[in-house]
Amino acid sequence: MTDSDFLGIPGGGPLWLSIQLAAVTTVLLLLIATPIAWWLARTRSGARAFVEAAVALPIVLPPTVMGFYLLVVLGPYGALGSWWVEMTGEALTFSFTGLVIASCFYSLPFAVQPLQNAFEALERNSLEAAWTLGASRLDAFFSVAVPLSSRGFLNAIVLSFAHTLGEFGVVLMVGGNIPGETRTISIAIYDHVESLDYASAHTLSAVLLGFAFISLLTMYVVNRRWATR
Amino acid sequence: MFLPAKGLQQSDTRQEYRLCGTRDRLALGHLISSVAMTCRGQIRWLLAVFLVFAQTLAPIAAGADGPVRVAVASNFAGTMRDVVDAFEAATGYAVTLSPASTGKLFAQIRNGAPFDIFLAADVSRPEALEASGHAIADTRFTYAVGRLVLWSADRNLVDRHCRDALVQDSGGRLAIANPRTAPYGLAAEQVLASLDESGALQDRLVVGENVGQTLQFAATGNARFAFVSAAQLHGPLADVPGCRWDVPGDLHSPVEQQVVLLRNAAESSSARALLAFLKSEQGRRLIETRGYTVPDDG
Repeated sequence: MTDSDFLGIPGGGPLWLSIQLAAVTTVLLLLIATPIAWWLARTRSGARAFVEAAVALPIVLPPTVMGFYLLVVLGPYGALGSWWVEMTGEALTFSFTGLVIASCFYSLPFAVQPLQNAFEALERNSLEAAWTLGASRLDAFFSVAVPLSSRGFLNAIVLSFAHTLGEFGVVLMVGGNIPGETRTISIAIYDHVESLDYASAHTLSAVLLGFAFISLLTMYVVNRRWATR
Repeated sequence: MFLPAKGLQQSDTRQEYRLCGTRDRLALGHLISSVAMTCRGQIRWLLAVFLVFAQTLAPIAAGADGPVRVAVASNFAGTMRDVVDAFEAATGYAVTLSPASTGKLFAQIRNGAPFDIFLAADVSRPEALEASGHAIADTRFTYAVGRLVLWSADRNLVDRHCRDALVQDSGGRLAIANPRTAPYGLAAEQVLASLDESGALQDRLVVGENVGQTLQFAATGNARFAFVSAAQLHGPLADVPGCRWDVPGDLHSPVEQQVVLLRNAAESSSARALLAFLKSEQGRRLIETRGYTVPDDG
């Protein structure tokens, strides 16, 4: 039940776990969110509004709703959970993998929306120029659209990372508070506060506060630089 | 089609306001009565709004005269609902229940949570509240002694001994309540110390926030086993195919559960009535039906 240290922070292990969770989630989300955002930015399909609404759901829904569904779906009798047990022999709930899946749902709008905004702001001319010069669609996307949307990517990365780092309710419901596996920093802080260990709660909270502020500050500073360039 | 109708409505309202505001200024009494006559609709409406507000705010303002606010340890929440039903039927007082782990409720009460009664799952926390002045001296007593149960909803275990299945099989998570905040988690930890000398079970542990979530983990099949309180397995869960092992009392210290009257309720007759009801023959019977032991001296 005791936490390991991290970077000299006593009991800082959960912070390291949260950073790992946020990093893995952010990388996966970039892969998932980029095609979704690209499609949303360019489609004229009537399904667009439905997809936009579905993507934005985690902003509105309480974590308990997501946690409940994930508990049912990821559990050993759930659709995804039973398949996973057959494949790997391990349950998805109470595991790091389960938390990654939960976080991908939970932070999806924070990756999709900045990317979608960036893609919508792209001049169609620049893409068409690339196409007429013989670039394939994929090549044009990577050599023209991505560099021009770098601010959108930066925002998506910082927001997904920070939002996953601050995730609490869903983890409380599907995590199971296992040190080194699902005991993230927000759970550890909650645990310390509940058991009146305010000293440990203060340490972890201050570290997280500083970390969150610095990542947001970085984003805004870089954004400003790019805007004035 | 829509717009003209809207305009009509607006002008109607304006006309009525003028009627209400300026008709008849002869005498104050006359004015009031005539306003009351012409504006009966609005006045009744205003009165209704006021009454709704008053009813919502009354319990907050009245404090002790509102419902008895009970902080209850998760394991006892189901039992307490039965007790409260009987109490409300017998006395007419209203009761609200806030279930959570004992440690969480303790922390809330220490930080000024507005509860009248604290039904804990241990002795030390009610004792500490008494010592710090958050609870009223000489109101503390043991209302129940709980039993720890190992339980599984895995139907493959129907013919197995639950303890052997837990120790011998290598698969499946074991859920316990958080030992730092939940007394049943602490008891489970003590049982594990004697059951699991190799420490192999430690890697299979998942920790519920309270004993209610711990049971939920096993009931949904997400954890294969759970250490919970016997009282939680009443009702539909009693018939779920799986296994159950009533942990012998010598493997953990008894889960003695105490209740205490909190500072907020020093003058509350309804809260004291609820305490008396817990001690009464009817209250004790309800508690025993759920599988608790109730000490004789109370």
